[in-house]
Amino acid sequence: MTAGFTRSWRGWLLPLAVLAAAEAWFLLNPIMSDTLAPPSKILLGAVETMTDGTFLRTTYQTLFAAAAGLLIGMTAGTICGIVIGLLRTADRLSSWSVEMLRPIPSVALIPLSLLTFGYGYRMEYAVVAWATFWPFLILTQHALKQIDVRLIEVSRLMGFGILSRIFKIMLPAAAPRLFTALRLAVGLSLVVSVTVEIAANPQGLGYGLMVAQESLRPDRMFALLVWVGILGWALNYFLVRLEGRLFAHRAPGLSADA
Amino acid sequence: MAAVASAIELKNVSLSFGSNQILTGIDMSVEPGEFVCVIGASGSGKTTLLRMIAGLLTPTSGQVLQHGRPVRAPTRKVAVVFQDYGRALLPWRRAYANVSLPLEASGMPARDRPKRIRELLAKVGLANHENKFPGQLSGGMQQRLQIARSLAQEPDTLLMDEPFGALDAMTRQTLQDEVMRLVAERRTTVFFVTHDIEEALYLGDRVVALDSNPGRIAYDIKVPLPRPRDQLTTREHPEFLRLRREMFEIMNKIHA
Ligand SMILES: Nc1ncnc2c1ncn2[C@@H]1O[C@H](COP(=O)(O)OP(=O)(O)O)[C@@H](O)[C@H]1O
Ligand SMILES: [Mg+2]
Repeated sequence: MTAGFTRSWRGWLLPLAVLAAAEAWFLLNPIMSDTLAPPSKILLGAVETMTDGTFLRTTYQTLFAAAAGLLIGMTAGTICGIVIGLLRTADRLSSWSVEMLRPIPSVALIPLSLLTFGYGYRMEYAVVAWATFWPFLILTQHALKQIDVRLIEVSRLMGFGILSRIFKIMLPAAAPRLFTALRLAVGLSLVVSVTVEIAANPQGLGYGLMVAQESLRPDRMFALLVWVGILGWALNYFLVRLEGRLFAHRAPGLSADA
Repeated sequence: MAAVASAIELKNVSLSFGSNQILTGIDMSVEPGEFVCVIGASGSGKTTLLRMIAGLLTPTSGQVLQHGRPVRAPTRKVAVVFQDYGRALLPWRRAYANVSLPLEASGMPARDRPKRIRELLAKVGLANHENKFPGQLSGGMQQRLQIARSLAQEPDTLLMDEPFGALDAMTRQTLQDEVMRLVAERRTTVFFVTHDIEEALYLGDRVVALDSNPGRIAYDIKVPLPRPRDQLTTREHPEFLRLRREMFEIMNKIHA
């Protein structure tokens, strides 16, 4: 990890240079702006934002809504994906509905969700669940198709029933690909929950961004923006490490994308 | 009907994939405890034949019987060992847990499993590797593991599809002897596919040769070599040399 870090230090050069340039620009052009803030002020804004009591709460609100929505979307999407993947009838029955419903942008469901659930967590994780349902549905079906036929034959030869076949052979075999779906969906869930908060739901980091904008505090706004970025990056970093640890023992060439 | 049904019986079996005739008019039987080797050029339909006997494929016409009963689906009494051990083992399960798979399938109580699994691993010389994943084992060890897993089914019949085809000569000979010893212990019936004439003669009580396009039985000979067999004395036995010559001539004629 340290090795990876030192190897990638060059990656920090560009952002740091941009920050320095921005600071210099603001020093040379001392303007009051409603949209921009120099890096130093963003830093101060960040300190201020983090030390006032709402910061932890809003972070928790966003992460909780994202996680709850993800959990629902993942469970429903994976189960539907398995059913559709295994039963040709289910595939035929659902293909039209999937084609019709999938293109609906999750953001377009915000009004409906608001009408149904009112403000609060429920309307937010409903939208996140909708958004994450689809990648799980599609990628689970895809992952099942990619399972080596030899393993399916082995499970038939052993005489496993359908449940054992799913839990002992298919899901573990598809696990690396399902994990990739999870990694995609985690990022998506964060994006969607912040979007819902910006558009409608008065809670969480997205709403914090809106308040900062409305109260003409670009420094706070940028601080929150950076924080959302860090959250997304950290979650992904953690999942990538976990992925490596979970699937490293599978022989090269056997795991999905090794 | 005979007093004792054959372990495997094929009656005028043919199989096509679409308009592609793969096997035609196959009539053969394998008696309980018999070790039958099937040889044939690549593409002659050996694997297809084995998969039909296993119940993984249904013949287009004719009948496949196991102990007098028509085969409809795979049964636990018939175990299969594939050539591509890397694909047939579960890469996410350690050696121990791979052997455990058939025991879980047959519903053996969890408390009885460890003893049985360790017995089987010891039998194939993997006692010290139970915690390794297949990806951490050599090819020969992975194939041993697949054999241990197939034996965990306590099969009457073992179907082996070029099981040693991907292994080096030394490992191959060791495993040949191990398999002969293991199946002799339990009088297991073996249907062993290979493309190696010497291997077929060394292992088999009988050798069946397939002709290609479409696959059909060209020759079926008994191998009256004494058992137990030995890599040196058996392979130098005059009868072995005579049969080897005969088989080579037959195979040459088939492929001419
Ligand atoms: N699932 C399949 N669909 C269509 N053709 C197949 C299939 N499996 C095997 N074949 C064809 O059947 C023939 C015999 O194959 P196979 O039984 O694997 O031969 P062998 O094991 O003797 O090399 C080959 O020509 C192969 O292309
Ligand atoms: Mg073959």
